[in-house]
Amino acid sequence: MSKFKRGTGKGMPAISTASLPDIVFMLLFFFMVTTVMRETTLEIDINPPDATEVKKMDKKSLISYIYIGPPIESQQVNFGPAARIQLNDRTFSRKEVGEIQYFIISEREAKHEKDRPYMTTSIKADENVTMGIITDVKTELRKVNALKINYSTKKRD
Amino acid sequence: MSTYLLILFPFIVPFYFFTTTMDIDSGISRKLPPMPEENIETPEIHKRNIYVVLINKNDRVLAGIGSPTNMIEIDGNGIISESLKEDVKKFVSNNGRSETSSENPDKAIVSLQNQEGTSYTMYIQVQNELTKAYNELRDEQAINDFGRKFDKLDDTEKKKIQEIYPMKISEAETKAN
Repeated sequence: MSKFKRGTGKGMPAISTASLPDIVFMLLFFFMVTTVMRETTLEIDINPPDATEVKKMDKKSLISYIYIGPPIESQQVNFGPAARIQLNDRTFSRKEVGEIQYFIISEREAKHEKDRPYMTTSIKADENVTMGIITDVKTELRKVNALKINYSTKKRD
Repeated sequence: MSTYLLILFPFIVPFYFFTTTMDIDSGISRKLPPMPEENIETPEIHKRNIYVVLINKNDRVLAGIGSPTNMIEIDGNGIISESLKEDVKKFVSNNGRSETSSENPDKAIVSLQNQEGTSYTMYIQVQNELTKAYNELRDEQAINDFGRKFDKLDDTEKKKIQEIYPMKISEAETKAN
């Protein structure tokens, strides 16, 4: 009779929970790595118009965003209800539309030279803005030769 | 330790839910014309090869070959009637059949004009209709040539179709009022 022999018929031992924290941490890190943080806090209200012939855009890193719309309510005290342009974290009035040139140039400088021809500018505009401001933005884009643009829209069936 | 994290977990998940974006960017892509250099003559385009779409400041859409003569109907919900798309398709794919319409799809230019007060919604709708017209023409051609829709073609095949129906949408500068 072995001294080490234990009693039989005890059944399965309970699964060790010692690795549970590891699993939880792993999930946490997984989410942290795979998700993209909202890069800019929007200071303007945008409800894009809808369209049927939309295409998905790939290569997110090569897209520069220009937001156009009325300021959010808390900002209307400062700026009034007129549509503004947001670049990164700052908003500009229609008169300051020239800032777009600096914005595009700095965006361009941040990218690798071989990626630059593929850069796209996405115009995220509210459905209630008028074409005046959009045309101004487009003219500025043309001045800096940022010719690939995309009008951001929702998909409608 | 493990219970501690398990209690925290329901708080961590909503945090990511609110701070991260999953929205896929989609929209209508366009290529802007480069800034015109000075002293360069604009090439003459024959009237029959240009289809003008004008959206005025009251969001009325006028369209026609050579000059915007026909009013395009817009229903109560602001939806443009199919006739714009059909007209554009007919114009682009005319191939010289009619004396008053385009010579071939390569020469056919759709000129989109808007005014200062035109609403962005209407502008996008018109852009959408124009894109749809070209997409449908390309689909028809693709099915005819390769038996598949345009989206299902490979890159070289796509290029061939795009050469048959190049999307030529020109946007003139906004006219004051």
